[in-house]
Amino acid sequence: MQADEDMRKKAEAALKKNASYGEDFDLNEYGLASEEAEQADDLEELSEEDQRTLLNVGFTPSEDNRAGSFLMLNNAVTHSSLRDQDVVELMSLRDAMKVHEWVKDYSWKLVEPDKDKYTAMSYLQDANGYFIRAPAGKKSKMPVQTCLLIGSKQVSQTVHNIVIVEEGAELDVITGCSTKHGVDKGLHLGISEMYVKKGATLNFTMIHNWGEEIGVRPRTVVHVEEGGSYISNYVTLKPVKSVQSYPTVILEGKGAFARLNTIAVAHPGSELDLGSKVIFNAEDTKAELISRTITTGGDAIARGEMIGNADNAKGHLECHGLVLGGGMQRAIPILEANVEDIELSHEAAVGRIAREQIEYLMARGLTEEDAVGMIVRGFLDVGIQGIPDELKADIDATIAKIGENAI
Amino acid sequence: MLEINNLTVEIGGRRILKGVDLDVEAGYTNVLFGPNGAGKSALLMTLMGFSGYNVVEGEIIFKGEDITNMSVYERAQMGIGIMTQRPPNMNGVKLHDLLNVISKDIKDAEELAETLDMVRFFERDVNVGFSGGEIKRSELLQLSAQNPDFILLDEPESGVDLVSIEQLGNTIKHLLQKDCKCAGDRCKHGKSALVITHTGQVLDYIEADRGYILCNGTVMCSGNPREMLTEIKEQGYEECIKCKLMKI
Ligand SMILES: Nc1ncnc2c1ncn2[C@@H]1O[C@H](COP(=O)(O)OP(=O)(O)OP(=O)(O)O)[C@@H](O)[C@H]1O
Ligand SMILES: [Mg+2]
Repeated sequence: MQADEDMRKKAEAALKKNASYGEDFDLNEYGLASEEAEQADDLEELSEEDQRTLLNVGFTPSEDNRAGSFLMLNNAVTHSSLRDQDVVELMSLRDAMKVHEWVKDYSWKLVEPDKDKYTAMSYLQDANGYFIRAPAGKKSKMPVQTCLLIGSKQVSQTVHNIVIVEEGAELDVITGCSTKHGVDKGLHLGISEMYVKKGATLNFTMIHNWGEEIGVRPRTVVHVEEGGSYISNYVTLKPVKSVQSYPTVILEGKGAFARLNTIAVAHPGSELDLGSKVIFNAEDTKAELISRTITTGGDAIARGEMIGNADNAKGHLECHGLVLGGGMQRAIPILEANVEDIELSHEAAVGRIAREQIEYLMARGLTEEDAVGMIVRGFLDVGIQGIPDELKADIDATIAKIGENAI
Repeated sequence: MLEINNLTVEIGGRRILKGVDLDVEAGYTNVLFGPNGAGKSALLMTLMGFSGYNVVEGEIIFKGEDITNMSVYERAQMGIGIMTQRPPNMNGVKLHDLLNVISKDIKDAEELAETLDMVRFFERDVNVGFSGGEIKRSELLQLSAQNPDFILLDEPESGVDLVSIEQLGNTIKHLLQKDCKCAGDRCKHGKSALVITHTGQVLDYIEADRGYILCNGTVMCSGNPREMLTEIKEQGYEECIKCKLMKI
């Protein structure tokens, strides 16, 4: 209890603490997002517009091929359903705290409440979110889908998620983040703490589809034990005011593995400050960070960081940025070796598409637009598995538009 | 089919081609010889319309139309296709995806890929990490899928091993002559081509009609391609240059 009180004091003190990166948002400008909302038991009863919004971030209202579904509107959980209770557990974090006494041992253990004003705010509001757990040895064939939706203007949504993949289990999660039609201004603060235990695998795909005036400050830390794997795909292709994130993966057990793919487009007026960091704390750990960013007029910053603290750790960092018609690209790779027997490397390149490549395709009969589109599609294709068709179609349409506008 | 008049081309301000005159009649396959650095590749790249090859004088007439200022895409649409000497790495563009986009019927392309042993490259990025011979086979596969009326081939046989060369030669022959019933039919239904070769090996497979020798960006001479090849093998290009000087 005393510890809680201390933490609260620290968080309160941190409410004015600016984040290390990204534009600063004044939290006072945003109202608290409502914790009350109408339940949506049957997602297919939602308006067509809302269903489209969900589909565009990989969330299938029909719940076909999904192990479970979780929907949060503003700060209210409006839907939580599960197909197969045996392979996965899914509920709101607040419910999970009531159901399992031990959940508190996973809460605010990886992310520090006083890291910056955004974590402090989320902590002080006792933010709700999803709790997903795959029990030991269980493998769900289908992914769990979650969606975090901002439904009102000028509010700050605070979310706190915990994902636990127990020993030898496998779990796929698709999280979509979006705004309801017509909501342009808002703030999303999202805390995610993920635990991948011995020999377990977590595939985590996150699709962002925000609005032009939305500020987004996710704070994610992943803890991976011996022989565990964490694979993350982060996709953001639509206009947004500002996203600043720096998910951190701690490879704590021998042979742990992480791969983080980032695919992002910075439109005019967008600031994307996207980092990812891996800390190698155990022998034989491995990681790959792959970032593909395009700017069509906005700012894209790709930070990649690897810190090697244990023998025989291997890591590779790849930041590629395309400039298509203005904007700024900055790649910041950081490699740090604190022991001798370590292999960390990086490859970074920013610039425009080579004219030679466009003309190669034109010589095969493609228009300039189609040629650029094909190259851009290839550039962004890092082989993400299991994306629903609707989302694929939306991604293709976005890329086609980028191709047209790039000329 | 193709008529090049007094073509002068600069690359980065340097004059690479000087007053080139050259024709390729419908259904004809003409051959371009010349020492390294003569400007042969530059001529083909200029015909396709690639940037960096600035036409400062002269004109290119294709199918009766002046294409000198047309874009690469427009030329491709009119029926020109090219196999370049050094195609760029196409990171992220998979061979099968590209074939899908350029071919009328992907089945035909897949069949040819089988013959050229290129199926295992379908999911690879085009040209990335391809060996010299693999690049040629991939280029030829794409050209066949595209099926142009006029084909520019830059040293199609270079880097190709002795076994594959037969396959490659026959594929080129098929590409050029598949629509012809007989020799007399060639100028009506056959395709035209302009082929660069040093060794002349590719000429064992295709009917070459006329040869040109290019030195220092200028056409020295034209004539029977097989005779020319024999002379070049015996005397080198020195004699051509001398001979041209004598004529002036
Ligand atoms: N981008 C460039 N910048 C400067 N010079 C160039 C460029 N491209 C070609 N050249 C020059 O133009 C000349 C002709 O080159 P080209 O590639 O056409 O020769 P080629 O006849 O095809 O020779 P090879 O038989 O070796 O292939 C060479 O001297 C070459 O160095
Ligand atoms: Mg050449």
